[in-house]
Amino acid sequence: MLHKSQFNNPLIQWIDTRLPIFTFIQNEYGKFQVPRNINYLWAFGAIATLSLAVLFVTGILLSMHYIANTAMAFASVDHIMRDVNYGWLLRDLHANFSSFFFAAIYIHMARSIYYGSHKNPRELLWIIGVLIFVLMIATGFLGYVLPWGQMSFWAATVITNLFSAFPGIGDSIVTWLLGGFSVDNPTLNRFYSLHFLLPFLLLAVLGLHINALHVVGCNNPTGLEPQMPQDTVSFHPYITVKDLLACCLFLIVVSVFVFFAPTYWGHPDNFIPANPLVTPSHIVPEWYYLWLYAILRAIPDKLGGTVAMFGAVLVLFVVPWLDTAKVRSLTFRPTARFFFWLLIIDITVLSFCGARSPEGVWVLLARIGTGYYFTYFLIIMPLIGLFERARLVPASLSEALSLKKAVRGAVLLLAAGGLMLSLAGHAWADPELPAHVWHQSGPFGTIDPQQAQRGFQVYKEVCSGCHALKLVPFRTLQGIGFTEDQVKTIAAQWPYLVDDEPNDEGKILKRAPRPYDRMIGPFANEKEAQATMGGSLPPDLSLIVKARHGGEDYLTAVLTGYQNPPPDGFKLIEGRYYNRYFPGHQISMPQMLQDDSVTYADGTKATVEQEAEDVATFLSFVADPTQDQRKHLGIRVIVFLLLFSGLMYLCKRVIWRDAH
Amino acid sequence: MSIPPDSTALGTSKENQNGPNRRHFLYLGTAAVGAAGVAATAWPLIDSMNPASDALALATVEVNIASIQPGQMIVVTWQGKPTFIRRRTEDEIKQAQDVDLSILRDPEPDSARVQRPEWLILVGVCTHLGCVPIFDGNNLRLSDPDFGGWFCSCHGSQYDTSGRIRKGPAPYNLPVPHYSFLSESVIRIG
Ligand code: FES
Repeated sequence: MLHKSQFNNPLIQWIDTRLPIFTFIQNEYGKFQVPRNINYLWAFGAIATLSLAVLFVTGILLSMHYIANTAMAFASVDHIMRDVNYGWLLRDLHANFSSFFFAAIYIHMARSIYYGSHKNPRELLWIIGVLIFVLMIATGFLGYVLPWGQMSFWAATVITNLFSAFPGIGDSIVTWLLGGFSVDNPTLNRFYSLHFLLPFLLLAVLGLHINALHVVGCNNPTGLEPQMPQDTVSFHPYITVKDLLACCLFLIVVSVFVFFAPTYWGHPDNFIPANPLVTPSHIVPEWYYLWLYAILRAIPDKLGGTVAMFGAVLVLFVVPWLDTAKVRSLTFRPTARFFFWLLIIDITVLSFCGARSPEGVWVLLARIGTGYYFTYFLIIMPLIGLFERARLVPASLSEALSLKKAVRGAVLLLAAGGLMLSLAGHAWADPELPAHVWHQSGPFGTIDPQQAQRGFQVYKEVCSGCHALKLVPFRTLQGIGFTEDQVKTIAAQWPYLVDDEPNDEGKILKRAPRPYDRMIGPFANEKEAQATMGGSLPPDLSLIVKARHGGEDYLTAVLTGYQNPPPDGFKLIEGRYYNRYFPGHQISMPQMLQDDSVTYADGTKATVEQEAEDVATFLSFVADPTQDQRKHLGIRVIVFLLLFSGLMYLCKRVIWRDAH
Repeated sequence: MSIPPDSTALGTSKENQNGPNRRHFLYLGTAAVGAAGVAATAWPLIDSMNPASDALALATVEVNIASIQPGQMIVVTWQGKPTFIRRRTEDEIKQAQDVDLSILRDPEPDSARVQRPEWLILVGVCTHLGCVPIFDGNNLRLSDPDFGGWFCSCHGSQYDTSGRIRKGPAPYNLPVPHYSFLSESVIRIG
């Protein structure tokens, strides 16, 4: 039987009578009625959906270049950043949008609780939402492992070991999860597979979420059901234009990070390749898991901590029944509102605790925080609904609309979300380093080619004796003003040789590097390096600026921070040197830079300070050769988004004028 | 952010004569700017699937040809494709030069396909559907003896001693890559 279509266009009608997809869109977005008083907090659903879409597109393109193999994963991500056209953009978008996806979802969830969107008849809508959140947690964790840096590896180790807490079968579960006895290639492969699969499950669940929403309808800041036609507006164009405007503003915020601080939410240690033999001194998850991590560590018992952490998420599933209040919106429930804000503060504090090492006051705070978290959901929420005296609730939505009270809550909630975001990011304090003025810092800064060339000279004449740039091909040097022929000469005169193709007799001979070869160092492998260097391993410098807190400032500080003799009472290990800025102050590298270690062709005086700054600039360039291009594009993107948001705002005003 | 001067009027104008038109203009303008933004975003996404810069850096190869004897051929990889470098015998050169161009499917004189008659350099990818042809040299008796060049075993295309298509489904001659003699014994392909 053919579906009766209301469309007049013959093609649309032909399709619609056979597959009523247009009728569906018309019903769900054209006719679907939404309370007219929903505020901008309701846009976070659309914002989260946009984030998911960006993650899908960038993720699929990244998967075309990524290699899920422990020997190649780290290098393949670096290859994406360095060589793939706009690969840096794909990767930075993917990493930052996953952060902001979580931010949007946290605000979305807080809004639901604040305005009572989880209550009858929206229980299932809420539960499906929590399911999406659980899938996000899993997907985010799996994805974090893929770059195969130190944080990736140890996150995988720690999180999978959570399951070993379960008595009896725990260890077998962990072995099964890992596909071995430690995190290794099988683990990476299955994590990659699952990181690809789970988002599709999430998408399906999101479909259910939206479907459920369109049955029970949108809640609104008053929590009252609309009764009269003038209480609502149609989804399109009233809400679409609002959502689009909110999405534009959101994109501006994300762009600031993507283009000007792409690694802000990340961690320097993840630019060090995974090393199963060394755990970084301080491991923390991404900021959006910090509160869960704090709960895990708050309980001084392995099983207890694990159960508490899982419980913190699972408790969300039963919130619709824990909340006994008759009145939905906290706008009319001052007591409940007080405890709600306490919960937001509590989660923020927990996030801080999660970022610190579990010592001293942080343990106590984490325990209090964990206590309050569960008390809120298990005790306060059920009891308060029974005992509180709600303020007078307006009889109808139209009456409530004149009150305009709900706006304050919205502003507060947004401010709290923003605060939590920015504070959690700053929770890792940089060591105190003397600050330098860098030509490349700031949104308009660029690498000074002259300085970077001098830096290359320092690297070549001093550092390259021990430190390689294994990820950096010689041709990269064209980015700081060397010509193609100069690069050829530099490569051909490089002191270290690379393996040639097997010759006609099948022998592998050495040859001088060519521009497409990488800047190898003197050592064939780590063992040889350690044997030659008396046990210490000179780190590869390709990503050193990204792999250390403080970047260029830190490098300069260490290169110039030697002190001989060491301060009174400091016990120096044999063969180490005292350095004011090196963690632990004992460094194996002697002071390599002296005044006039090199002679600059451009006449710059080669002081220690100057050499250190120059080489730091050069290393900043090789760690991120596209940084100038990135900022340049960023400025254009943000100007465009500002313009577009302006237009959107005008559209929104014009469209909403009709609704008043 | 600058707002066009008449747009403030737009926000407050009552339903006058101009209202609907201006409104229409605003919607169209916004949609156009949005579409431009989406189009501009598409480019980096598409471009990310083009060859990466490390692949482009390998776009040339240098080959030492000193040890190749007349009648011998080596195969090198250039851009991942087999590339034939053949030092032709006097007979092969004569055979290639003597062909009547009017009978060729893709007419091209031998002189346009070589820089030095002795050296024939070809991308060894059949122009039919991409298999690698085998050098036949009359010995294998796979193809007609008078062509004396390459035979593609996939669907039977036959190429002569200049790499020109003579028989079978392939439409064009085997392509000649860009190359130059850096010295008597070294050529650079690409
Ligand atoms: S591919 Fe060579 S004949 Fe078809």
